[in-house]
Amino acid sequence: MAQVITVTSGKGGVGKTTAVANLAVALAADAKKIVCMDGDIGLRNLDVVMGLENRIVYDIVDVIEGRCRLRQAMIRDKHFEHLYLIPAAQTRDKTAVSPSDMVRICDELRPECDYILIDSPAGIERGFRNAIAPADRVLVITNPEVSAVRDADRVVGILEAEGKYSPALILNRLNLAMVKNHDMLSAEDVLDLLAIQLIGIVPEDEGVIVGSNRGTPVALEPKSRAGQAFRNIAKRLQGESVPFMDMDKQGKLWERIQRSVTGRRV
Amino acid sequence: MDTTSSAVQIKGLRDGLLVTLTGEVWEEQRASLVEQIDERQSFFKGARLALDLGPQALGVNKLVELRDLLSERGVSLWAVVSESPKTEKTAQLLGLATRISKPRPEEARHFAVDDLGDETALFLNKTLRSGMRIEFAGHVVVLGDVNPGAEIIAEGNVIVWGRVRGMVHAGSKGNRQSVICALDLSASQLRIADEVSALLEPQSDPKPEIASINPEGRLQSEAWTAG
Repeated sequence: MAQVITVTSGKGGVGKTTAVANLAVALAADAKKIVCMDGDIGLRNLDVVMGLENRIVYDIVDVIEGRCRLRQAMIRDKHFEHLYLIPAAQTRDKTAVSPSDMVRICDELRPECDYILIDSPAGIERGFRNAIAPADRVLVITNPEVSAVRDADRVVGILEAEGKYSPALILNRLNLAMVKNHDMLSAEDVLDLLAIQLIGIVPEDEGVIVGSNRGTPVALEPKSRAGQAFRNIAKRLQGESVPFMDMDKQGKLWERIQRSVTGRRV
Repeated sequence: MDTTSSAVQIKGLRDGLLVTLTGEVWEEQRASLVEQIDERQSFFKGARLALDLGPQALGVNKLVELRDLLSERGVSLWAVVSESPKTEKTAQLLGLATRISKPRPEEARHFAVDDLGDETALFLNKTLRSGMRIEFAGHVVVLGDVNPGAEIIAEGNVIVWGRVRGMVHAGSKGNRQSVICALDLSASQLRIADEVSALLEPQSDPKPEIASINPEGRLQSEAWTAG
């Protein structure tokens, strides 16, 4: 039975879609069967980041409204045989889908795959409710910026209030040079405020943008540092314990994070 | 099943509908509400709904389920009024209003508080995150942090065993004797009665502090020590 994982953030532009695309290819590379769903009805772009834009015939709203079977809306990935995308509709809005539609579709997919990844839209309204409704696990992604962290805090609060399994955190686009100059929040600062489990830190990397534009997620690039970070998160999702990447050449970052995690109040 | 045991009353308000559910068994109440809505779809479509649940105590799961049921029918739930502290707390957690524009008689509420004496406190064993708003007619005690964007409004004192980085208002009904205590009061806006402090300087080495109104009538904070 598949595990349903939703990636969400509150704030827009922090890397939800990129993370879903990268985690999908990283999990698929481990020979897992994956289905990605784009929850951003009306502003779809997971198809672009995965490079599948020109293969779309049917979308999720067609499935819900009965114009096609679920199978027909699943687009096979270019690189992996067992990776599929269910695209969002571009010409409709969030109200075309309800939380129970999402639960129903995921229940239909569960027996057929290992992981279902859902890309949530920004915000905390209907689209976000749809995206978290079927989730077994939620990954909250944020950037080391005060506004992004504040929105992530709000999302964590809503998830806790709704009794969802405690979310895990991806800290995206960390720039160590800026942190050292005290121009950016550090991983400790972010963890200190959010006080949730950390599942990965992705360093700032221009290659991510290039990959998104080309439709080849960086997790496919063996040498990319950001790609390595996403591959590590994929391993952790599968229950493996992978040490955190050494961002600082002098080491110590992981030790400091460990200290801030274990030393905090719950 | 006794169908008369749960009834649905619908009233028009200035900004939406007020639905009062009577009865005891939640599943029956919910079913009769959904039935009413399904029967009169065009009337309810797009409506803003406030619910008066009386003494019914509901947890998060039940209220979320109801909100989703309503949202699938094009009805948005914005407020839940309840006599049950549990339901009221649940509604606050979900970001729903717990007071509607037709307030309950002011006297009755004061009477209720007086009844409980001066020592009523709400104990919150968690971190208050951005967007959470706690309003309470008594003291509030938090075992956790108050993060930026969270708000506590208490008629009595506020004690936080953690960091306060959000907004805290003590003595919200004008009690100038109220105090705010926290392990770290830095970088937060504090209000006591009608006095407002500017942002406090973040402390490099935070110490427990207590904020109160001094004899000159200004809001000030000082070290919070025993005695």
